[in-house]
Amino acid sequence: MKKYILILAVFAFACGQQTATTETASVAEAPAGGQSNVKDDDSQQDVVKIAVSSPDHTTLVAALKAAEYVDALSNAGPFTVFAPTNAAFDKLPAGTVETLTKPANKEQLRTILEYHVYVGVLTENMIRDGMTLNQVSLDNVTLSKKDGKITINGANVLGSARGSNGIVYIIDTVLLPPDKK
Amino acid sequence: MKTKIIYRTLTALVVLATVVVWQGCKPKAPASISMGDAASKAYVPPGKYDEFYNVVSGGFNGQMSIYGLPSGRLFRIIPVFSQFPESGWGYSEETIPMLNTSHGFVPWDDLHHIALSTTKGEHDGRWAFGNANNTPRVARVDMKTFKTVEILELPNSGGNHSSPFITENTEYVVAGTRFSVPVGDKTDVPISSFKENFKGYISFISVDPADGKMKIAFQLKTPGVSFDLARAGKGKSHGWFFFSTYNTEQAYTLLEVNASQKDKDFIMAVNWKKAEEYIRAGKGQITKAKYAHNVWDEHTHTGVSNIMNEVLQLDPAELKDIIYFIPCPKSPHGCDTDPTGEYIVGSGKLAALIPVFSFTKIQQAIANKDFEGEFAGIPVIKYEAALHGEVKKPGLGPLHTEFDANGNAYTSFFVSSEIVKWNVQSLEVLDRVPTYYSIGHLSVPGGPTTKPYGKYVVAYNKITKDRYLPTGPELTQSAQLYDISGDKMKLILDFPTTGEPHYAESIPAELVMPNSTKIYKLEENKHPYAALGEGQARVERKGNQVHVYMTAIRSHLTPDNIEGVKLGDEVYFHVTNLEQDWDVPHGFAVKGANNAEILVMPGETTTLKWKPLSIGVFPFYCTDFCSALHQEMQGYIRVSPAGSNVPLKFSTGKIEDQASGAGL
Repeated sequence: MKKYILILAVFAFACGQQTATTETASVAEAPAGGQSNVKDDDSQQDVVKIAVSSPDHTTLVAALKAAEYVDALSNAGPFTVFAPTNAAFDKLPAGTVETLTKPANKEQLRTILEYHVYVGVLTENMIRDGMTLNQVSLDNVTLSKKDGKITINGANVLGSARGSNGIVYIIDTVLLPPDKK
Repeated sequence: MKTKIIYRTLTALVVLATVVVWQGCKPKAPASISMGDAASKAYVPPGKYDEFYNVVSGGFNGQMSIYGLPSGRLFRIIPVFSQFPESGWGYSEETIPMLNTSHGFVPWDDLHHIALSTTKGEHDGRWAFGNANNTPRVARVDMKTFKTVEILELPNSGGNHSSPFITENTEYVVAGTRFSVPVGDKTDVPISSFKENFKGYISFISVDPADGKMKIAFQLKTPGVSFDLARAGKGKSHGWFFFSTYNTEQAYTLLEVNASQKDKDFIMAVNWKKAEEYIRAGKGQITKAKYAHNVWDEHTHTGVSNIMNEVLQLDPAELKDIIYFIPCPKSPHGCDTDPTGEYIVGSGKLAALIPVFSFTKIQQAIANKDFEGEFAGIPVIKYEAALHGEVKKPGLGPLHTEFDANGNAYTSFFVSSEIVKWNVQSLEVLDRVPTYYSIGHLSVPGGPTTKPYGKYVVAYNKITKDRYLPTGPELTQSAQLYDISGDKMKLILDFPTTGEPHYAESIPAELVMPNSTKIYKLEENKHPYAALGEGQARVERKGNQVHVYMTAIRSHLTPDNIEGVKLGDEVYFHVTNLEQDWDVPHGFAVKGANNAEILVMPGETTTLKWKPLSIGVFPFYCTDFCSALHQEMQGYIRVSPAGSNVPLKFSTGKIEDQASGAGL
């Protein structure tokens, strides 16, 4: 092995600049990409990080990635995200998720995801029975609150998590926007 | 077998190393070519000037800043609504009146937007207007001196956000309130009586074409909503003004939820020529209102504040055809007219589409009464009747749009953190670039005018996490400069900004630079306390006021020895800078001053008030590094007890203590 290192060193020596450039670059390289790549382990988690850290939301995270919405939801927000569980996605007809996450269907996937996001933080105490929210997709959802039990378009809210840039409500059914024809 | 594997691995390593090293030896890798190119596009070498002045709002610092484009270099911070200890703005006796309001002295504000004066819809390089979002005011900055020369307060306004947008020939600067408020005789009302008692007022401020002087020509009383941004019509739509509104729900609490209930708010179209007709016909109502009007006099180098007592108002609910509402999704922020004046772009900041309205269709809809109903007595035009079309799925959270000269629009998207280029006519998305991060407004040189210069778009970003070295909990905000001369936008520069820029305009340097003032002529100095030569320097007592007529020239202050001041006196240092040489300000500071220092421009007189609180000898000196002997530019003022019989005297260069040899 030693021998080969030596050979490498000879090549490197032949154009000394290479070594210098490599060293400089390795000192202070900022991460590439969007806001989701910002390294920050001190702040409260944002809504994306909450989803990423949940084992029950791997399908949602995969969908957000396919739709290229990870950076947008790492933004300042504020967001209310209705986050369907993996089981919720599993209730969709077989092959639906696979089809939606294909690059050709990105806009359709985006519309569905936009239907799960409201711009504004709606905490549980703000939710009133019968309240409608106009989602990012520009379609309305209807919330219901009866005896403390919250549903959205009939989907059950299983729990919630407060993030730095919004709030996540975990739901048991994927919300499908009304068909506009 | 094992040996073989090791051998293969090693061979592969050598090949890999060779490739890596060989690539490293190439003169330029593709990535470094494009980066190098970008940097050179923003580089302005010594001996060359920037192509554009970039006039940038300072947001919460209450100031404007001047940058060069494409270099992104900061040239100047202009104090407008906020005190600025660097120059003494808002601290010197002459500038204190500029910050007077009906609420008394308000020494700060939140300057959101810039409007550069135009003639026939094109930049004329005369004035820059800025708005005070907090205590409603509009300021005018003279582009010859880069100095704030006028500040007009707006009565009946709760927060001047939808401002200071201007008409094609700078006939008017508008000022629309962000907060509707109760006005007139009925102001002590329950907040819950919002719908009944709260009104939104829009002021049309006329601008004298000769000297720029502002006056509230009239106010429109409109329903209680929030006005966000605005743009004047131009060309075919000259005579109209378009305002974005939000909170048409008329909520007065938790707007985060309650002002986002409707899927559409309104763009308010105002026919201001019609308003003028009504005024000519005597339909305006003069109502009582208290507001300050502060004007700077270039010859006395002094601001004067007058309190005004009335304003002319029109009620569009009674006077028909002045205003119309157009539904617009969804809490629209930007409301931008394209260079032809035909298209009005609404940017619903919570929406995922951009509606583009047609001025021609709006006119047809009005003529055909194609209304869907009324809102608070004002006709609401049907959305589809006014619509040219929608840009579908352009991005998330469109905020603001500007234009190039080729029929393209550039829209900022806060939530998806990008600029999207699209064609105004076809509504087709042409290109998109990420911004770093969370862009607010953007600015194309000449972008809001009838003659965009194009070339660049600047993104003003809110968040810079991971872009700059961290500086604790607060990070600088940033601007990014993109070259838009080709089909694709290209990032060429990334530079930090001061304050929190909300909006900026850029103007070709050639329209401003030739007119720039270099000195104030001493012979034109009409300041009542000016000393126009060292022979006029003196100290005068008027009761307990001591007026020091001081001169400054490289490198001494006259007088530099002052005695006979007593405790309880108020000392006014009126400093005249005798220099008649460009970029040679002198400063003045005295120990224990409770206000600031002052910077005095060549030929100018500025006054710092100083009230000594103890006896002793106090040093004063020039704060601006004016020459090699700047450090020698200093003096003393002696303060004696009240009732002391130390005579008032002053001198420079007079050596009294010959025996000790002092000064020899």
